[in-house]
Amino acid sequence: MSDSKSLDSPDRRNFLEMATGAVGAAGVAAAAWPFVQSMNPSSDVLAKGITEADLAPIPLGESHTVAWQGKPVFIVHRKPEVAAAMQASPGGKDPEPDQKRAKKPEWLVVVGVCTHLGCVPSRTEEGWLCPCHGSVYDNSGRIIQGPAPANLEVPLYHFVGNDKIVIGEA
Amino acid sequence: MINRIIGWVDQRFPITAIIKHEATEYPVAPNLNYWWNFGSLAGVVLVLQIVTGIFLAMHYKADVTLAFDSIQHIMRSVNYGWLIRYIHATGASAFFAVIYIHISRTLYYGSYRGPRELLWWTGLLLLLLVMGAAFMGYLLPWGQMSFWGAQVITNLFGAIPLVGGHIVVLLRGDFSVGDPTLTRFFALHYLIPFIIAGAVVIHLVALHTVKSSNPSGLPIADKDNIPFHPYYTSKDLFGVGVFLIIFCSFVFFVPDAFIEPDNNIPANPMQTPPHIVPEWYFLPFYAILRSIPDKLLGVVGMGLGIVILAALPYLDRSKIPGGSRYRPIFKALFFVFIADAFVLGYVGAHPPEGPMVLIGRIATVIYFGYIVSMPFVSKWEESWLRKRGLPAPVQKYLDEQAAGGTK
Repeated sequence: MSDSKSLDSPDRRNFLEMATGAVGAAGVAAAAWPFVQSMNPSSDVLAKGITEADLAPIPLGESHTVAWQGKPVFIVHRKPEVAAAMQASPGGKDPEPDQKRAKKPEWLVVVGVCTHLGCVPSRTEEGWLCPCHGSVYDNSGRIIQGPAPANLEVPLYHFVGNDKIVIGEA
Repeated sequence: MINRIIGWVDQRFPITAIIKHEATEYPVAPNLNYWWNFGSLAGVVLVLQIVTGIFLAMHYKADVTLAFDSIQHIMRSVNYGWLIRYIHATGASAFFAVIYIHISRTLYYGSYRGPRELLWWTGLLLLLLVMGAAFMGYLLPWGQMSFWGAQVITNLFGAIPLVGGHIVVLLRGDFSVGDPTLTRFFALHYLIPFIIAGAVVIHLVALHTVKSSNPSGLPIADKDNIPFHPYYTSKDLFGVGVFLIIFCSFVFFVPDAFIEPDNNIPANPMQTPPHIVPEWYFLPFYAILRSIPDKLLGVVGMGLGIVILAALPYLDRSKIPGGSRYRPIFKALFFVFIADAFVLGYVGAHPPEGPMVLIGRIATVIYFGYIVSMPFVSKWEESWLRKRGLPAPVQKYLDEQAAGGTK
């Protein structure tokens, strides 16, 4: 048992204060967790994380846009000569081979959000031009010139048969 | 480094002095019992309600076509939405439980008596504001009870002679409770808590001017006071811990305890549920309303049920200091009053049939009788006690008062 001298010791009080503070801080952090989590996407928003796209109606040489997670995804049906040119080119300031970006040479799937500040680039003959600050992307969605730091993002997707892709799942 | 920052601020804003004067070194009577915990508890619940309310408002939609479904969205899809909503719904009941205990303590110990009149009045104002916030918040889930509760309560204003009908339409923005009503109730439900927070500051400034009363029945000399920290910070925190245990057992084990089953049915303006009951915290006043067989007088009686309490500092004319400590009749009547409030609550929860009507009327008479008879009872009790011989400390206190005048 402690004698009265050690009971009066300031060390005991300091320890109790520290312990109380630590338990209190842990409690506040634990209580804050559900509140912070409640601001993250709810389950119905997460359910929108997967989009199916039908490729059959997209003519050769054309691009279609589908919505995935509220963002535009460009699906380009590339002509063989365009695909070949892209496979031959290393890209611009963020070099990446086209073979890694397109699962099939005739289909390019990229998220249509400029990697500079989030505008949607406009389709051109050579690729895309962002109307906000003039970033230029080639037909593989790779940055060629302008302020954007990186290539257009390739989302997770996989082919279901030859005419359908599922975006949001590998 | 931290000291230099604090020093820099102190030269421009007396932050250290304020904390010392109002919190850490604020002098408090040394003998406060656990009934004095409920003021700070009410503050804790207010913060809980504001925080959960803000997070709910991030997901709620105040539109008659969306409101009910947005609550289901919160309960099912939002991460921890069920938890935040159950805390908020249970918190409303907890708020009233804490406030009613706080008010009962004020009545029992005579804490409303001079010089604490303004403290008492700001407290009653806070009660009315919390009632307003609770009433408007109850409409937001847009269930059957929400809708018909709002329909009935807004209709009360129709009892006002001549202009009543126009006032009801003005309040609702529609000819019945509808989309404009829901939207404005949401706006006000979000606004009122911040008015409450401001009124709490006034309540606390008044408190820190007159200081807490104490259970001894006699004022405590300044030299006997103890600093708020660590004595009452630790005591209040302990109370918060006990409160949270009880509160969380409701939130996690019986979260539907305070949600009427009928409110899980979307509002239907074409059909009233067979039995409309207000939330438990309105029941005594609802019983007073139903006990008076006249529309206007019923509404007036219900309002007076709270407003008349403001007169207590002047109705209590006894020279014997404090509340129940040295006043046996005052004490007995306090318990009659509390029991009567429970009877009124019971009557309010049941259909006004058979004996309920008579019990409700008797209880209403007792409720107002307690208040109206107080000037006479307090005077008569004082002379009876003097005749019997006062306890030494009270006699000493009264002699000092007589000698020194008002000190």
